[in-house]
Amino acid sequence: MEYVIEMLNIRKVFGNFVANDNITLQVKKGEIHALLGENGAGKSTLMNVLFGLYQPDGGEIRVKGQPVKIANPNVANDLGIGMVHQHFMLVDTFTVTENIILGSEPTKAGKMDIARAEAEVRELSERYGLAVDPTAKISDISVGMQQRVEILKTLYRGADILIFDEPTAVLTPQEIQELIQIMRALVREGKSIILITHKLKEIMEVCDRVTVIRRGKGIGTLNVAETNPNELAALMVGREVHFKTDKKPAQPGKEVLEIQDLVVKDARGVTVVDHLNLTVRAGEIVGIAGVDGNGQTELVEAITGLMKAESGSIKLNGKDIFNLPPRKITEAGIGHIPQDRHKHGLVLDFPIGENMVLQTYYQEPYSKRGILNFKAIYEKARQLIAEFDVRTPDEYTQARALSGGNQQKAIIGREVDRNPDLLIAAQPTRGLDVGAIEFIHKRLIEQRDQGKAVLLVSFELDEVMNVSDRIAVIYEGKIVAIVDPKETTEQELGLLMAGSKQKEAGVSS
Amino acid sequence: MSSNRLTNFLVPVFAVLLGMIAGSIVMLVSGYDPIAGYSALIYGAFGDSYYIGETIRQTTPYILAGLAVAFAFRTGLFNIGVEGQLIVGWLAAVWVGVSFDLPKVIHLPLAILAAAAAGALWAFIPGFLKARFKVHEVIITIMMNYIALHVSNAVIRSVLSDKGFKSAKIHESASLQSEFLQSITDYSTLHYGIIIALIGAVVMWFLLEKTTKGYELRAVGFNQHASQYAGMNVPRNIILAMVISGAFAGVAGAMEGLGTFGNISVKAGFTGVGFDGIAVALLGSNNAFGIILSAFLFGALKVGALEMPSSADVPTELVDIVIALIIFFVASSYLIRLLLSRFQKEGK
Repeated sequence: MEYVIEMLNIRKVFGNFVANDNITLQVKKGEIHALLGENGAGKSTLMNVLFGLYQPDGGEIRVKGQPVKIANPNVANDLGIGMVHQHFMLVDTFTVTENIILGSEPTKAGKMDIARAEAEVRELSERYGLAVDPTAKISDISVGMQQRVEILKTLYRGADILIFDEPTAVLTPQEIQELIQIMRALVREGKSIILITHKLKEIMEVCDRVTVIRRGKGIGTLNVAETNPNELAALMVGREVHFKTDKKPAQPGKEVLEIQDLVVKDARGVTVVDHLNLTVRAGEIVGIAGVDGNGQTELVEAITGLMKAESGSIKLNGKDIFNLPPRKITEAGIGHIPQDRHKHGLVLDFPIGENMVLQTYYQEPYSKRGILNFKAIYEKARQLIAEFDVRTPDEYTQARALSGGNQQKAIIGREVDRNPDLLIAAQPTRGLDVGAIEFIHKRLIEQRDQGKAVLLVSFELDEVMNVSDRIAVIYEGKIVAIVDPKETTEQELGLLMAGSKQKEAGVSS
Repeated sequence: MSSNRLTNFLVPVFAVLLGMIAGSIVMLVSGYDPIAGYSALIYGAFGDSYYIGETIRQTTPYILAGLAVAFAFRTGLFNIGVEGQLIVGWLAAVWVGVSFDLPKVIHLPLAILAAAAAGALWAFIPGFLKARFKVHEVIITIMMNYIALHVSNAVIRSVLSDKGFKSAKIHESASLQSEFLQSITDYSTLHYGIIIALIGAVVMWFLLEKTTKGYELRAVGFNQHASQYAGMNVPRNIILAMVISGAFAGVAGAMEGLGTFGNISVKAGFTGVGFDGIAVALLGSNNAFGIILSAFLFGALKVGALEMPSSADVPTELVDIVIALIIFFVASSYLIRLLLSRFQKEGK
């Protein structure tokens, strides 16, 4: 069998850090080949070598049997390699067609031939079943559609080999299914696909073969048909991984968080949280299940004071915290693992150590008479880094330099360490690999077992069902049902989340 | 880590060298002798004690203007209004200097504080507008420069003089001038301001790096969302950052008013010191110690340039070209980093 891409013994070193240690990846024509590894394992580095963004320090790349040197992404394009980036590279104010032709605009008599380009884009879109409107503006189309524009961009440039970098991280479950159909259509038309991912489910569903890398080393290539998720997870992490989180039955105590008739409006004045009622008790984890955009973000921001609520009441341990400033709420005993760790969770340009005291920097022992006590700050940082297994060269490293999983562990360490009565975890495992997810779930359950209240917001049904003691389903800003995870099914939750069924609305059982 | 720090130090040094090399090409092309030109420049800056005194005197406001720009920059703001804040600081210092008769231990600090307060007030306005209404500070600070220029001219004409072009001399009790410093530098205009400028650099470093407030200001500068999440008052920190930056600029004005000139004259245009402060901060990588070095370089270039027309027939404007070229190379530091990494690789 002929290989379209062969990366043989690729080695890439950054300073003292070996990102790729003699990794070999061979992709056959017409297959979907998964590249599996934890965050920071070296997947992106390897693909950036293939795409010409990095030069390898050793090894050989062959495209269709010919040894090649890929000096920059233009060379990669010429060789028929296209990359669908995780973070889209699109101009928001341009149309789909304008974005696709950007950099290789067809011209007629010195003028851009937009009509011809549109026809070409439409033809491509139809051939692969992408259903993209070539005249739509990027800012008007959904994230899923934007990703298809990225796919079209590579196809327009004649790519035969498409690299998908974590394509499902930003998609809804329906969009993921549609993407899988598109990938199958691409392969049918003779394209080859490299899928970078750490989601085992996707690999099992769509891929033909999988190459596993761990901490910069190639672990091996397997046929997907001959393996299973447990084996893949163990290969990726280097030890056995438990998908089901073991936990004792919850022992709920007194009410910690009581929300009544909460109304929140967004910046445009639209009601996004609509007379919502919710109670979280000590010693239990309440999971909020719902499709993104049903008021979860605003609910969390209203509780934590990041956003002003219109009306209603929010009580913590019986004390009114409604619309207090964030610092008062933090001091009242709420820990918050924010949904967007880069936006809210960390000051990326600060050392990781200084990030560990983001809410407590003004308190003793970190600050005395207005002067920071760096000795105490970094002592705390070292303690949390060790306790929460944050992998970083040292506590002085910029938070930006850490991988997503380690950034998240740092935030969780910081929030848990403040010993809050209520811990709010919004999407705590988004974009993380199985090892980190397992760790974070354990920590959440540990908090519960210590008698803390935990509010978990997640778009991942598996996570909500696995970790929660009670599930509150949110739909259009209302809690439409409270269900017991042991007595419900994914189907039932899915229906509730879609708003097609109402069940004991607003009642906390 | 240490090689990184070395690179950060080498980039400005290389920028200066490249700027001077490119400047000599400009001199050659325009028919001047670059060696004579630079010799005159160096002689005019360090040739004897008088010139050294003048260079240090010129360095003084540059340090403070550079600190003002850098402080704002480190807290996420672009203070283009240092020029205007400097002018109102100058005016306030002279005003206090001529209007009161007090013992020196009170009068001099009072005049400097008045300058700081005036600069701070001038910077408060753009800070407030940004914090409250999200108006971009660059636009407001630029406009505030013009307001400062013309308001101060009006005050000089109508209040500080009788429709004249300059104020009276400040009282001796508010003066930074020093007979001792003048006598050891062959009667240059060197004054005690340099000590204040150096203290200013220490203050900025300490405030930003060591204090709790500095932690907050830096956090807000890097990431307002995370700062809000952490319970910091973002609008108040934006205003405070701008006010402190303006205070540095105001003190820079006091150096001119209480030290170099001892009065204030009606100005046809900007002093340029505030704008040069942007370049000083950039070349000094917004670091207090770096700013002292880069301010000294700018001071030497400015003072040394005065010697070029007389002893080398090179017009002083060429120094402005060299300064512009240096700034160009600092701004394109990516190019220099690339060159440095090439050198390092070949050196292996």
